[in-house]
Amino acid sequence: MAIAADSVTETKTSSVTGFDVQRIREDFPVLRQTVNGKPLVYLDNAASSQVPQVVIDRGSIYLEDEHSNIHRGVHYLSQKATTAYEGAREKVKRFINARDVKECIFVRGATEGINLVMHGYGRKFIGEGDEIIISAMEHHANIVPWQMLCEEKGAKLRVIPMNDAGELILDEYDTLLNERTRFVALSHVSNALGTINPVKQMIDQAHKYGVPVLIDGAQSAPHMPIDVQDLDCDFFAFSGHKMFAPTGSGVIYGKADFLERMNPFQGGGDMIKSVTFEKTTYADLPNKFEAGTPAIASQIGLGASIDYLSAINRVRAAAHEHELMRYATEKLTAIEGVRIIGTAKEKASVLSFVIDEIHPHDIGTILDQEGIAVRAGHHCAQPVMQRFKVPATARASFAFYNTKEEVDVLAETIKRVIDIFS
Amino acid sequence: MSELSELYQQVILDHNKKPRNFRKLETANHSAEGYNPLCGDQLTVYLHLEDDAVKEVSFEGSGCAISKAAASMMTQAVKGKKKQEAEKLFTEFHGMVTGEFDEETTPNELGHLKIFAGVRDFPVRVKCATLAWHTMHAALNNQELVSTE
Repeated sequence: MAIAADSVTETKTSSVTGFDVQRIREDFPVLRQTVNGKPLVYLDNAASSQVPQVVIDRGSIYLEDEHSNIHRGVHYLSQKATTAYEGAREKVKRFINARDVKECIFVRGATEGINLVMHGYGRKFIGEGDEIIISAMEHHANIVPWQMLCEEKGAKLRVIPMNDAGELILDEYDTLLNERTRFVALSHVSNALGTINPVKQMIDQAHKYGVPVLIDGAQSAPHMPIDVQDLDCDFFAFSGHKMFAPTGSGVIYGKADFLERMNPFQGGGDMIKSVTFEKTTYADLPNKFEAGTPAIASQIGLGASIDYLSAINRVRAAAHEHELMRYATEKLTAIEGVRIIGTAKEKASVLSFVIDEIHPHDIGTILDQEGIAVRAGHHCAQPVMQRFKVPATARASFAFYNTKEEVDVLAETIKRVIDIFS
Repeated sequence: MSELSELYQQVILDHNKKPRNFRKLETANHSAEGYNPLCGDQLTVYLHLEDDAVKEVSFEGSGCAISKAAASMMTQAVKGKKKQEAEKLFTEFHGMVTGEFDEETTPNELGHLKIFAGVRDFPVRVKCATLAWHTMHAALNNQELVSTE
């Protein structure tokens, strides 16, 4: 096809945002490759983002020089590994502005974090007739655990509806909150629509009823500063692999007084003070929630990705992403037959779209042949698809290493998809 | 684009746009629902079996171009076939798209269905091409629900 492959490599520092995207791209080795003979255009960042060289190097250093099990060795390597692992926790604490490191529990990802809260808090404090509020745009990870809990306890799941733009209807939320409400779980940014929810205000509303709130930050942590104290959320979950760290890394933040009162999630080594066959005394935070040997290398990688994010200018990176979204929305909207799903006023980095009479999987396959990685499907958010009456969408999701030229390649290839099917 | 044009041939695009036998079959005495939980493709295959043969066949549902075209051409292919002939065709079709046998060298009854051979170059799309066939197979064997992964 006619799009010049070399146009992708000619990006200059954006005059709009002052962000040097070419410089940044050099940090990500994966981006150098070609796919089907075309430069890789990686637009599936909401599913998993790429890893910069410094994070890869940090993992290598750990595996080459520091690897051992943590927390229990008196020997040199175990102490080194423990220092690196706990150092990563310190970085997480600063990254989300937690009051204390013990409030930052390492988990496999946001999904495990939400499940930890469901088991540790939900199963202990939520009972028959109680109500749990979620929103209509949740990822399955923030629906299914609460459904399982409702099933087990005879509690009721209530859902905040959204409007046609993909914005939550806050008046309805107000109506749903009542004296039976025991928990609220909300996504910060929708993975299927890109909507940024006004969570601070929503947390505030829930707190008026004394109801704790969990924020699913899987899609927000990579794109905006997170301050759990300012939000005043009671729990905040996010995944490392969506913010430039390896898979298997992630965090569930919880306010210390909640975590103290909760039951452990899994039982095993490292989460105990003492064990006899009669009784086990659990360890203090955060170890109480970290049974067994964790993903040490991955969590150290998360620490390194936080360092990386601190080293680049995040304000400019966010402005660049915002400009990409604006540009991509404009480009795709201009193509006849393309419809954007999710047109909220406040959006971040996710562009879901459908094309008349063309199934997203066919779009995905054809884009892939041109080296463009997008996600096609229901994005683990089937209720969102049902709400917008589409079986699936194609989704382009951006990171700060994407360029306007890549958006151009996307737009031109979408036109070709339409040609093939016309 | 050569592999792509192999996948999206005109015949396939035509069946996607104007699927044949795309309706509910009122006289059906066998039916099954096929579902692909990974991508959300969903279809129902209706069969009217008489004397162990497919007298009528139809389908309805939603899915990508490959799954819709495959369903449409499946209905044309199995209509009038004996049950065991339809099953044999299913085996041959499945073997062709998964690359388990070479439709050019192994004798078979695939005929027009050979245009789906290109699917084997797109492993993630194999389940799209076979969903209707799995569902037809389930309907023949009185299973009500089938799911491909």
